Amino acid sequence: MSGSALELAAAVRRGTRSAVDVLDEHRAAIEATELQIHAFNLVTAAEARAAAEEVDRTVAAGDDPGPLAGVPIALKDNLCTRGIPTTCSSKILDGWLPPYDATVVQRLAAAGAVPIGKTNLDEFAMGSSTENSAFGPTRNPRDLTRVPGGSSGGSAAAVAAGFAPLSLGSDTGGSIRQPAALCGVVGVKPTYGRVSRYGLIAFASSLDQIGPFANTVADAAQLLEVIAGHDPRDSTSIPEGPPAVSEHLLDGVDGLRVGVVTELLGEGIAPDVAARVREAAEALAAAGAKVEEASVPAAIYGLSAYYLIAPAEASSNLARFDGVRYGLRVNAPTTNEMMIATRTAGFGAEVKRRIMLGTYALSAGYYDAYYGQAQRVRTLIARDFAAAYEQFDVLLSPTSPTTAFAFGDKTADPLTMYLNDVCTIPSNLVGDPAMSVPFGTGADGLPVGVQVLAPALAEATMFRTAAVLEGAAP
Amino acid sequence: MSDRISRDAVAHVARLANLALTDDELDTYTAQLADVLAHAADVEALDLAGVEPTTHPYPLTNVLRADVVGPTLDRDEVLAAAPAVADDRFSVPTILGEAP
Amino acid sequence: MTTTLLPEGWELIVGLEVHAELATATKMFSAAPNMFGDDPNTNIDPVTLGLPGSLPVLNEKAVELAIRLGLAVHCSVEPSVFSRKNYFYPDMPKDFQISQYDKPINVDGWLELPDGTVIGIERAHLEEDTGKSSHMGGDGRIHGASHSLVDYNRAGVPLLEIVSRPDIRTPDQAKAYVSELRSILVATGASDGKMEEGSMRVDANVSVHHPGEPFGTRCEIKNLNSLRSLGRAIEYEARRQVDVLEAGETIRQETRHWNEAEGRTSTMRVKEDADDYRYFPEPDLVPLAPSAEWIEQIRADLPPMPAERRARLAAAAGVPKTTDSVAVIVERDLDGLALATLELGADPGRVLVHVEQNLSGDGSAELRPDLLAALIALETGGELTATQAKQVLADVVATGADPAEVAKAKGFEAMSSDALFTAIDEIIAGSPDEWERFRTGDQKARGKLTGFFVGQVMKATRGQADGGAVTARLNELAAG
Repeated sequence: MSGSALELAAAVRRGTRSAVDVLDEHRAAIEATELQIHAFNLVTAAEARAAAEEVDRTVAAGDDPGPLAGVPIALKDNLCTRGIPTTCSSKILDGWLPPYDATVVQRLAAAGAVPIGKTNLDEFAMGSSTENSAFGPTRNPRDLTRVPGGSSGGSAAAVAAGFAPLSLGSDTGGSIRQPAALCGVVGVKPTYGRVSRYGLIAFASSLDQIGPFANTVADAAQLLEVIAGHDPRDSTSIPEGPPAVSEHLLDGVDGLRVGVVTELLGEGIAPDVAARVREAAEALAAAGAKVEEASVPAAIYGLSAYYLIAPAEASSNLARFDGVRYGLRVNAPTTNEMMIATRTAGFGAEVKRRIMLGTYALSAGYYDAYYGQAQRVRTLIARDFAAAYEQFDVLLSPTSPTTAFAFGDKTADPLTMYLNDVCTIPSNLVGDPAMSVPFGTGADGLPVGVQVLAPALAEATMFRTAAVLEGAAP
Repeated sequence: MSDRISRDAVAHVARLANLALTDDELDTYTAQLADVLAHAADVEALDLAGVEPTTHPYPLTNVLRADVVGPTLDRDEVLAAAPAVADDRFSVPTILGEAP
Repeated sequence: MTTTLLPEGWELIVGLEVHAELATATKMFSAAPNMFGDDPNTNIDPVTLGLPGSLPVLNEKAVELAIRLGLAVHCSVEPSVFSRKNYFYPDMPKDFQISQYDKPINVDGWLELPDGTVIGIERAHLEEDTGKSSHMGGDGRIHGASHSLVDYNRAGVPLLEIVSRPDIRTPDQAKAYVSELRSILVATGASDGKMEEGSMRVDANVSVHHPGEPFGTRCEIKNLNSLRSLGRAIEYEARRQVDVLEAGETIRQETRHWNEAEGRTSTMRVKEDADDYRYFPEPDLVPLAPSAEWIEQIRADLPPMPAERRARLAAAAGVPKTTDSVAVIVERDLDGLALATLELGADPGRVLVHVEQNLSGDGSAELRPDLLAALIALETGGELTATQAKQVLADVVATGADPAEVAKAKGFEAMSSDALFTAIDEIIAGSPDEWERFRTGDQKARGKLTGFFVGQVMKATRGQADGGAVTARLNELAAG
């Protein structure tokens, strides 16, 4: 099933399909294959049913439930949902019921969407394969022997498997775009500050951004328009309304200046993936774009900077999981011992690794060499991107260096896993938007994603480029 | 094993982070952190004197909120989520030291 | 101020850190109420509890109050940044505290004590308060408790931490500094300054050294809940440090706890290398850069500060600004009355005496300046003695009646000179020894005996005599 969210919403708003009917259809899909895929930590059947019925009542009353009327949507399990377990796929939050909704969850409800469950992720969004979940990995719907990517592997898989036409993920170093590429769906990381982070359980505050997964570029655009826009509860929220993306989707790329990023197409990128990116560039040229090689020299430092900054912020963000106020507690005679026992039992290996790495990067005597230096590198990368955007409207690169890899392939060596994020990380460091669009398959027959990068706030340009690629995809 | 980070430094960092490590874990983490830090040598080696650090990707200043009381959480709902409570408060075992 | 506190050759060095809770309606980073004394865990929201996913948003009023205080103590208001101070503690919901670290909002100020001493202020920065732990099963103290209960109502309350330079040299100066700062906090509206409710908390950094040598190792003393505790604790700690050093030992840098009941400080925690707070800029908050217009508008709206009010009153009364009565009158907020009375031409000396000494009760602040001026006119015109004037004033404050009528109703009229001289002669005759010593003694002895004779005459005349007139007559008689 690969229903378009826009078509479903239109049918529900017209009254030609009921939201409950749409929900039932997707629940049947979940029942058919979820046991194999494990996209969800929790399917909220009863709440979804109630929401769908409410949408149908609204339509029956002659009112408009909103642009996503009756569209089932899966939520990454690091988005707070009131009264519904929110775990970050970590034992330390097992059983926690948030007493509030994330801003995006409120906006989805206001748009008539029907949340159907919480999706699996790498614990606290730290990983690129969803193998770091405390509740077991998610499988790639395109090939069950492969990972779906990560950390939003459950959200990508849910859309790829037809469990929901839309889902939300969060992207700190590629956690939306990379699984979107590996599962063959569209994934968007908006400009930092476009979408409120209020209610997103933080991994790295200055990098995290919530964004859409969808089967089509148009669906992703509609979802972005629903969730984006200023939120006074997030100090880093950009004081602007949602970007007008949908109305420019079909504007085409005639005359658009497109740069193919040399630094992200060389060593470490699988030849079949690189070939698809070149094809994508040719497709844009054929549609009237002016395509050239672009250089962002400092991008090569992105990975190192990211793996100092993100763990540093995470080490502080995850300090609050101490067994005092919510979540897991492992009893011990003193508070300090209780905190240590709780954190030691509650966090998985990758989370501990990053907490320690980040603690080290911030610690006395190392701050300047590591965290401070990494923040300066960020400035360097931002300058190089700014320079590139003087010549180009959008940039093109692979999303992931390879297609979906096998379980266990990269778990033995953390650094090998980290290298997976090399193409996606720069956008997070700089705060610019980027998205992954499916563009054919690799030599193994698995999906390849092409990444479209754009300057801050230029989502509209990015989306219309993506729409052309979508139409031209092999 | 690398000279990027010592076993003692990893043990110290684990203490700061309130994590307990077994000896084996200590060895493993020391090697793994050393690998990542070795990779970061490229960044460490850059001469960035005079380059301002970027702490926020999108530059905003003076984001302020009016001093107006808003909704509070329901105490019972919050305490129901806590591992241990007594007298409407969160209960913790003996605290050994004063706050800094 | 001189001190005999420490043995010859030692000097006390004190710097104070004052934490003032700002008088906002809501918390520093969220809309939960900032309210003292409510039921536990009622003033909480996701931000207060540091719930996963919650984000801080800065309270504009807290910033304004911080700037008000900063300007009032002559600080420069700077662009500032919030950082995270990372350490685990159960009363801190996020296990980090948001505080201004290397870029505080207010820097480089000073305040002037009533005695004229200037104390430097290094910085006054914004930070959030912690929750409150109650220790159960012991005697309420942390040691020996079986468990602790945490209330997060106070968590996130906006604090201004005002850090003085190490310019304080005596316990009295420390008390005067805190008292002055409290007056300024109240005058600016920044805080209610209530030490008893914990809305103003003081930590003292104390060290001793030989003048001319570098400062000694300092200890930080906590749990100073009153001015009295502050003075006693500093005095105790200074003596302790001198004893340690004179015994040839060294002072260890540590935090010490003041025990009011035992009157001593004891080790609370030793500063260790492990104190590594891993400060870094708070990524969830953006930089703060108050505009020049905003700062100037706040400055323009500031009421006059105590030092300025003391200077104005002193100038109007023609006395030095360090005069004790001036400080007392300003402290009691009666300088408006004093100034208005002076403007009506009343005798400055009598104005200061009456306002300082005879106007402490209810309704004093509402006394009409013209009535006080009329009373003083009766007094300086010889129609009322000082003692009578005090009694009349009490009635005037209570009833708002005209002083002349009150005096008449009380049957007060000035004693004739003849009657006064007769009374004086009788007292002298009855105290020949005292009179001889008054006549022949030095200045000091005469001063002492003046008091004796005035007292006797007052007693004999039931307060109708004028003290000044008695003194003048005594000196006249002694001179022969």
